[in-house]
Amino acid sequence: MQSRLPILVFAALMAAIPHLPGMPPFWIVLLDNIGLAALVAMGLVLLTGVGGLTSFGQAAFVGFGAYTTAVLTTAYGLSPWLTLPLSLLVSGLLAVLLGLVTVRLSGHYLPLGTLAWGLGLFYLFSKLEFLGRNDGISAIPPLSIGSFKMLSPGSIYYAIWVAVILSALLTMNLLDSRTGRAIRALRRGHVAAEAFGVHTPRAKLLVFIHAAVLAGLSGWLYAHLQRAVNPTPFGAQAGIEYLFIAVVGGAGYVWGGVLGAAIVVVLKEVLQSYLPLILPGSGQVETIVFGIMLVALLQLAPGGLWPWLISFLPERTGGRKPDTSLKLEQRTRSPVQSGVLLQVEKARKQFGGVVAVNNVSFDVQAREIVALIGPNGAGKSTTFNLITGVLSATSGSISVLGKKVDNAPPQEIVKLGISRTFQHVKLVPDMTVLENVAIGAHLRGHSGPISSMLRLDRADEAKLLAEAARQIERVGLADQMHQLAGSLSLGQQRIVEIARALCVDPMLLLLDEPAAGLRHMEKQRLATLLRELRDGGMSVLLVEHDMGFVMNLADRIVVLDFGTKIAEGTPATIKTNPEVIKAYLGVAA
Amino acid sequence: MNTTIMLFLVQDGITNGAIYALLGLALVLVFAVTRVILIPQGEFVTYGALTYASLAAGQMPGTAKLALALGIGAFAFDLFVARKSLHGRLILRSVLTNVVLPGIVLALTIYFAAQKPPVAICIALSLVIVAMIGLYLYRVAFQPLAHTSVLVLLIASVGVHLALQGLGLLFFGAEGQRGPAVLSGAFTAGALRFTGQSITVYAITIAFIVGLWLFFGLTLYGKALRATAVNRLGARLAGIRTTLSGQIAFLLASVIGALSGIMIVPITTLYYDSGFLIGLKGFVAAIIGGLVSYPLTAIAALFVGIVEAFSSFYASNYKEVIVFMLLIPVLLLRSLAAPAVEEEKD
Repeated sequence: MQSRLPILVFAALMAAIPHLPGMPPFWIVLLDNIGLAALVAMGLVLLTGVGGLTSFGQAAFVGFGAYTTAVLTTAYGLSPWLTLPLSLLVSGLLAVLLGLVTVRLSGHYLPLGTLAWGLGLFYLFSKLEFLGRNDGISAIPPLSIGSFKMLSPGSIYYAIWVAVILSALLTMNLLDSRTGRAIRALRRGHVAAEAFGVHTPRAKLLVFIHAAVLAGLSGWLYAHLQRAVNPTPFGAQAGIEYLFIAVVGGAGYVWGGVLGAAIVVVLKEVLQSYLPLILPGSGQVETIVFGIMLVALLQLAPGGLWPWLISFLPERTGGRKPDTSLKLEQRTRSPVQSGVLLQVEKARKQFGGVVAVNNVSFDVQAREIVALIGPNGAGKSTTFNLITGVLSATSGSISVLGKKVDNAPPQEIVKLGISRTFQHVKLVPDMTVLENVAIGAHLRGHSGPISSMLRLDRADEAKLLAEAARQIERVGLADQMHQLAGSLSLGQQRIVEIARALCVDPMLLLLDEPAAGLRHMEKQRLATLLRELRDGGMSVLLVEHDMGFVMNLADRIVVLDFGTKIAEGTPATIKTNPEVIKAYLGVAA
Repeated sequence: MNTTIMLFLVQDGITNGAIYALLGLALVLVFAVTRVILIPQGEFVTYGALTYASLAAGQMPGTAKLALALGIGAFAFDLFVARKSLHGRLILRSVLTNVVLPGIVLALTIYFAAQKPPVAICIALSLVIVAMIGLYLYRVAFQPLAHTSVLVLLIASVGVHLALQGLGLLFFGAEGQRGPAVLSGAFTAGALRFTGQSITVYAITIAFIVGLWLFFGLTLYGKALRATAVNRLGARLAGIRTTLSGQIAFLLASVIGALSGIMIVPITTLYYDSGFLIGLKGFVAAIIGGLVSYPLTAIAALFVGIVEAFSSFYASNYKEVIVFMLLIPVLLLRSLAAPAVEEEKD
């Protein structure tokens, strides 16, 4: 929840600027340019800073927006207002096309891919006959309302800044929602988000489209500001510059985009007008300074300037606690309350020649705590990954409630009511505990991106947060609810993961080393919680190394060694099993 | 289309492709060792080419001064990093490699530039100048960022590219230049004519491919460089000097870049900003090779060269569009074939 007051003040300030006495008209031109760049940078903030998808190709989308309106208003005489939705639509649709190929790229291939199509499209703009080749298109009509034509930079100023502030609001609304949490989780890798039903390629495509539409909007405004377009401002260089703007401002912050745009546009202007005086030579000196500054910035302040500025403000103390009286509908579940929940039959996983899991079979009954133990490298976590669909089994079968789920993706497994935690904690460190836990309830909410932007999701959102808060209280972290997850101790982070898994409303909870890093008292509290959950009807399958913890808690124990099941039984029988003792302690001499 | 035209196109494609292969190799090398995706590779090409052409025309290239300036920068960085534990030998070594060396080269350049030196001296000076630029560049721009993510390094690399390209304009002007042939003479085989220049291109490319392949595959030092790329901390714990590895990679890359430039500039006119596009095509090849495989990169580079030759014959307007769009399906295949291993850290 962010206060709207600073934004109102900012809007009022921006509205007042052109009326200040003695305002040089040139400054208004600069502000227009800042607004245009800010729109693109805002999209990049969402794409790169929040979503972790670096794009060098945003300038191409500005081009799509600009050329769409240029062609339609000049060749077909359409009104600029009519071309606005069309410009956005063209940018959005092409983002879907380019996005479908691009977001599947992984790691550093993705930015390189955007660089490639950014370049390709630039050449396409400059070669196509109907886009006027290198000369572009001129004589684009100005925006007009009635008989008022926005001919001067001062009159289109309002259109630009209304667009900037509205876009910023919509973007921030989007980030502060169910969809927004899914987007913010993207940067930390996809395994955790997918385990809670987030369709990561779709979320990536969504931010891609959002960023492209913002760029298209900037292009549309640009075309009517300049009233002429040519390919130059949509090339790879411009794409790089937009990324620079986002990095300067602080790529994780919506307002960082605006700040970055202001700094870069003004700086460029200053460099262009003063540098030739200091360093005489043929142009382009500003690119030199630009490049050097980009490198220096990365070395000195890789987070950008916005977070640095924010750190001077008094720290916001805690958020509002959600109203926990709101109930979230339970997951629809099969009425089975007894019998076999999970059946693993001869599951096998090979990585090349290594057999990590070797024909392992076991089951988990309803209302039962089963522990999976074994020395390091025994294949316990791999078994978890097979059950939850992170890895697909080489052979064998896994069934839930008697139905085979072989190689279903994680998003489908969680829908069956199986949720998990991770051996290596996978939380989003710069999100609060509450927000992290709310990701667990992702599938139990229904609001999409559009309703989130327009704040029509509040009822749904309040229920999700209420559920998250309830689970946080249940695991005993109510005091840490509004802290950033990254600031918690590792043991507490493991507990947060359990709360997140509980948000799924699961019938089977898979815990990967939940007690690691916990203190004695915390372990006891965890054991009590797990017993309560079992008595409430939930089953638990856990991997754990702390034998005292396991022996006191588990109803049944399955022992793996080198990927093979060597024993199964109650804690008492396992303790005396010679095979198990051999695996852990070696053969007695 | 008749066979002669096709043969011409293939020959043209192979000559260009060989250059792309060299650049692709350099990119793979730098990426494998430092995780930097070396966008400024193209600038090494233009710097090498235009320094060579300027010298041959009896002009003083600005790159020699840049090398000295960067060297002084590198020296300052060395001093700053070691400020807590300064001792004489360290300072002396840094002064010698970072300040005295480029100083001497600058003096030599000024001396030779005035008297239109022979081709061999032009080549030697250009190579040394660009090599030093590459070396100091790593020290100043990338070494302080060595611990960061591939993405941050990529953005920094773009920044360096911008700066170098702007400097290129400052040094060489907007006019294009051509240099004298490295090896004159030619012979014909059937309908095709092979110039000494193109033979040199093939020979050097093959030599580098084989050399690098052997170096990284078989020698202990090559393996140490690769280890640095996979895990810096682990490599350091194993006694590998990771900063040295990075410097060597950049040194090799800049030499390869400059050499490619010197080989192209007698064939085509180069401008201060031509390098970017040439480098990017080497890039397409390097990426097809997955940024790891030298032989695959070389084959891919030949493919890129041939695609380019044919598309410039059939759809010359869309030559660049075709070459760059070629990358998308390749990237897609690569991503599908080897899904990213999740990075635990940001």
